[in-house]
Amino acid sequence: MKVDWTTFWPKIVEALGETIIMVILTLLIASMIGIGIGLMFFVTREGNILENKTVFSILNILVNVIRPIPFIILLVAVSPLTRTLMGTTIGTMAAVFPMTIAASFAIARVVESNLVSIQPGVIEAAQAMGANPVQIIFTVLIPEALGPLILGLTFITVALIDFSAMAGTVGGGGLGAIAMSYGYQRFDTSVMVVTIVILIVLAQGAQYLGNYLSRFFLRR
Amino acid sequence: MIKFDKVTKTFGSDGQEVHAVKDVSLTINKGEIFGIIGFSGAGKSTLLRLVNLLERPTFGKIIVNEKEISTISQTELRKLRSRIGMIFQSFNLLSSRNVAGNIAYPLKLAKVPKDKRDERVEELLRFVGLEDKVNKYPEQLSGGQKQRVGIARALATSPDILICDEATSALDPETTEEILNLLKKVNKEYDITILLITHEMHVIRSICSRVAVMEDGKVIEQGNVYDIFSNPQSKTTRNFISSVLNDNLSPRLLDRLHREHSGNIYRLIFTGGVSSKPIISQIAKKYNLDFNIMYGSIHELQDQLYGNLIVELIGTDSIVKEAVNELREIVEVKEVLGSESRLDHVLA
Repeated sequence: MKVDWTTFWPKIVEALGETIIMVILTLLIASMIGIGIGLMFFVTREGNILENKTVFSILNILVNVIRPIPFIILLVAVSPLTRTLMGTTIGTMAAVFPMTIAASFAIARVVESNLVSIQPGVIEAAQAMGANPVQIIFTVLIPEALGPLILGLTFITVALIDFSAMAGTVGGGGLGAIAMSYGYQRFDTSVMVVTIVILIVLAQGAQYLGNYLSRFFLRR
Repeated sequence: MIKFDKVTKTFGSDGQEVHAVKDVSLTINKGEIFGIIGFSGAGKSTLLRLVNLLERPTFGKIIVNEKEISTISQTELRKLRSRIGMIFQSFNLLSSRNVAGNIAYPLKLAKVPKDKRDERVEELLRFVGLEDKVNKYPEQLSGGQKQRVGIARALATSPDILICDEATSALDPETTEEILNLLKKVNKEYDITILLITHEMHVIRSICSRVAVMEDGKVIEQGNVYDIFSNPQSKTTRNFISSVLNDNLSPRLLDRLHREHSGNIYRLIFTGGVSSKPIISQIAKKYNLDFNIMYGSIHELQDQLYGNLIVELIGTDSIVKEAVNELREIVEVKEVLGSESRLDHVLA
């Protein structure tokens, strides 16, 4: 049975809204967590401003354990935890939890690799001027890494659009759920095409915005 | 004033220890420009970083402005660092801040109010000659301009000591000269003590009053720049000096001179006031000798002249000997190499 497009459009629009909410919410929460972990990861590294072997090793293990798990597996694996924390495993909000876990660690890696590319001499110069570790984090590390960091976050955003679609297959809402249940399970090619086009436009839009912002902050 | 008292710095732990600085004692006087020269890995960079405690000494005392610094508290450390400006080979400017932002950065750290900050930035921009670049970002500047910003930033908190980590090594010769002149101006106008490290002898020669030569973590020679240049003791020092005072003849030329000239060849080194006196012509007249000047150079070092001549003395052996003796005695000729000791010695 093919869908009736006159009544189906509102459904698409609603799903699009859910996707956008999932992505933005996840991006906001995961950025905060991820930037935090990434900074900790960097500053506790050997020889760095807050060198701490214990913290570094714990973070390193955590990042290395979580990162390689395919998202679809993580999604299912953390579902008991999702139920405890969010009360349900179904719907948009329930999808945000596993997406946040995956995105936080991905962002942590991105942040860390951007920080590594800062010239160590710049940090040394700030120290020589009397900056303490907290001042170095906020006045040197974050501003210096911001341009490339925004590009990294853009990459993550596009990945999140992908994640949100996957979450849709296991009970999360959004365009992924529509594409799965109408396009795939009911063999309705028109739904498939429409959702794919919308997802492409979303990803393109995110990329465009990210490029614009990073150019602005890189000042090049 | 900076004083190193038997300072040792060791990196790494048991079995894999690297002694970057070994038992160094040095005194840098207030208001002077002191240079430390050495090849890379000699430990000079570590020694420099001990002054503002970017590295902590393993043994020994470091006294900055009458205060032993290795035991000071965090608050005092911040205060100490605001008294010591530092500039770097790679400039280390914040790429996310413009020129004004970079210069204001240490003032922000010191919580100086904005109007005072702006005033100081303007003053420093004038001092380093970059008034027209206020709003430019580091990547829009040339190397020399970046180092000017670095110097302005280092001076922002009105320090009394400036330490320079190979500050001109990344610059072309012309820009190097400009930056060295600026450092001289910093020293003169603000009476700031400058401690610099370099591997380029011409930097020492142009602006330093005293110099220490480092090798393998140790200071192997130190003193007045003029004395070190005119009378180097170690091979390393001689090597550094010959890189700027090129007074060695090429072996080929020496060989030819030797073949073409049958007389006695001597190297005469003139130092101090002697270099402006007509010594050679006086001796020549007195002993009725002929002097043939084969090679010569006169350099200016710290407003004194330093001359180096290779001459052929033509006359009978006994008269030549007598003349040489007089040269040695009266006119402070530091070194005379006889032709009998073979020409390779002139080369050495």
